[in-house]
Amino acid sequence: MALSNVSFDAKRGELVACIGPNGAGKTTLLTLLAGTQVPDAGTIERPADKIGWVPQQPGLYGKLSVAENLRLFARLESVTDVEGAVQRMLAQAGLEDRAQDQVARLSGGNRQRVNIAIGLVGEPAALLLDEPSSSLDPRQRERLWRFIGNLTQQGTTVVYATHIVSEAEHYADRVLVLADGERVFWGRPEELRETVASENPAAAQGDFESAFVSFLHARGH
Amino acid sequence: MRWLFVKDLQILRRSPLLVSLLIFYPVAIALLIGLSFNRGPEKPPVAIVNEVPPGQRLTIGGERLDLFRARDEAFRRVEEIRVRSREEAIDKVRSGEALGALIIPRDTVEKLQSPLQRPTIELFVNEEDPLKGRLVDNTVTSLLADANQRLSRAFNKVIVSYLGLLLHGGSVNFLGQRISILGLDNVQRITRDAQRKLPRSSDRRELGRVVRFTSLARQNLDLTNDVLAGVSQPIRIDKRVLNGSVVPLSTFAAALAVAVSLGFVAVLLAAGSLALERSENAFERLVRGPLTRTDVLVEKLLLSIACSALVTLAMLMTLGLFIPLEWNRFALWLLGLMLGAAAFAGMGVAIGGFAREVSVASLLAFALLIPITFLALVPSGVVGATLYDLTRFLSALFPFKPTLRAMSAALYGKGALAGPLLHLLALAAVFAVAGRVSLRRFA
Repeated sequence: MALSNVSFDAKRGELVACIGPNGAGKTTLLTLLAGTQVPDAGTIERPADKIGWVPQQPGLYGKLSVAENLRLFARLESVTDVEGAVQRMLAQAGLEDRAQDQVARLSGGNRQRVNIAIGLVGEPAALLLDEPSSSLDPRQRERLWRFIGNLTQQGTTVVYATHIVSEAEHYADRVLVLADGERVFWGRPEELRETVASENPAAAQGDFESAFVSFLHARGH
Repeated sequence: MRWLFVKDLQILRRSPLLVSLLIFYPVAIALLIGLSFNRGPEKPPVAIVNEVPPGQRLTIGGERLDLFRARDEAFRRVEEIRVRSREEAIDKVRSGEALGALIIPRDTVEKLQSPLQRPTIELFVNEEDPLKGRLVDNTVTSLLADANQRLSRAFNKVIVSYLGLLLHGGSVNFLGQRISILGLDNVQRITRDAQRKLPRSSDRRELGRVVRFTSLARQNLDLTNDVLAGVSQPIRIDKRVLNGSVVPLSTFAAALAVAVSLGFVAVLLAAGSLALERSENAFERLVRGPLTRTDVLVEKLLLSIACSALVTLAMLMTLGLFIPLEWNRFALWLLGLMLGAAAFAGMGVAIGGFAREVSVASLLAFALLIPITFLALVPSGVVGATLYDLTRFLSALFPFKPTLRAMSAALYGKGALAGPLLHLLALAAVFAVAGRVSLRRFA
């Protein structure tokens, strides 16, 4: 999916949600920012070592323990104090008691926490998450967002893509809406609802997802 | 259930590669196994040249032996390749069209009729691998054993007649002269008479006959050793190897075990470990950090080379307890092992890179390793010249045959080592480049 003229800024400790219909370019945007994909044209300026990347599917070694996975990626990220970083990530993810468990034996929620912890092990200024809650049940989701909330409180900027629109309204400070590779909205969730209210008051009375769908319809998507 | 069945058919219809593999792979393997083990215990292709002048007949003890009948028996055990000259027969062996050439020299009949000479039949063989050598050896040995047995029977008759003469007396033609043989019966009679009649001088003539008989008998007995040697094996074989070197079968088996072990360990490990990075979704994470795609590739190569070389070296050392190995050539073994492992590891990363999934990579690795193993073992002469050239070409594209040749040379010392090593080096480089290309779209 090609992206065209997409720009946004994120402040320190801010939580930015990237939403849009399937094929809008959400994952493409994050992978380009993460540096795992090279753009066909154009330029991206980003301090790669300052950005943590958490792919949608946990990129973990199932046969290794939680601590071994963290240790491996800490070493690959050239972290100075490897063991200190591992302990810090275990504490931050709430997985101290599961440190020696094989990742393959963890639940989907815990695996996702390890996945995020690995993205954070290099202490990046910004963290990119692709659909972090897509495979989790509601309780696991709630715990995940609490975990991400703690990160932003500690000053980490988090940008995440999601197709669960309500999560954007509940957790994001600002929302980036993409459609067909273009930015169609950039602002706070309330501003999106206000925009819909001005165009289609009935749609704005419903939940955020209905407002979002109305917003897209009004723009031919 | 029905819809599940329909769904599976739909998946198969959309997977032409998998379907082709499922259909053609078992057939190809079956054919290759057949070719490899079809060592024609009954009929190896052999070029036979009979240089004995037409019409010359072998007569032993007054009995005529028909050489052509002997050849007819030979023909039933080999697939005769018709040739007109010794040179043509040797060319057939060199080209691999014939596994061996049997040359019956023109003086064969003369020597067989001479009590003191044994003819030598020349055997030229193509021993590119020891299995071929054994096949020809077994067949020709069996062939000549039959011929020798027939000749032995004829010679035995002659010996029996000579023994009859010694026992009972008579006459025999020797160098154109008719010689009267007294015989032991007469000696016994004469000596008894002489004993009774001595010391009269007229009996001295009779005793003189006894002395002459004794002399002749001693001379004949002097020849007995040579005659008996000729009787036990009237025809000798002079075997010459035209292609390849004579490698003991046990050494060949060790080299084969090394090549198979290296191949399976290195290829499966390299292919599986590389594909696993993608299956675990870790590759993306690895290459966006301090590692590059080339770093990941090199790490997989080194891992596979080290593990497969270690495993194979341990296996070789264990084999050394049972078969003779030349330990003073250890450095050459190691060189052969390392380059063989490098070529196989290169092949593995190329497979892993293109397959991208662990299960597919493993299947593909097996699907390639088994046929290239059998392909390298197809002996010349079992298939037509064109098909054999094709098998040689295909074998040269993969590391198995050069590893086999390198390890045969490294373990035993005969045959060129540099050629196979350079071949392996080139294959390692080509496969590694292919593996690197495959990583462009790996994530």
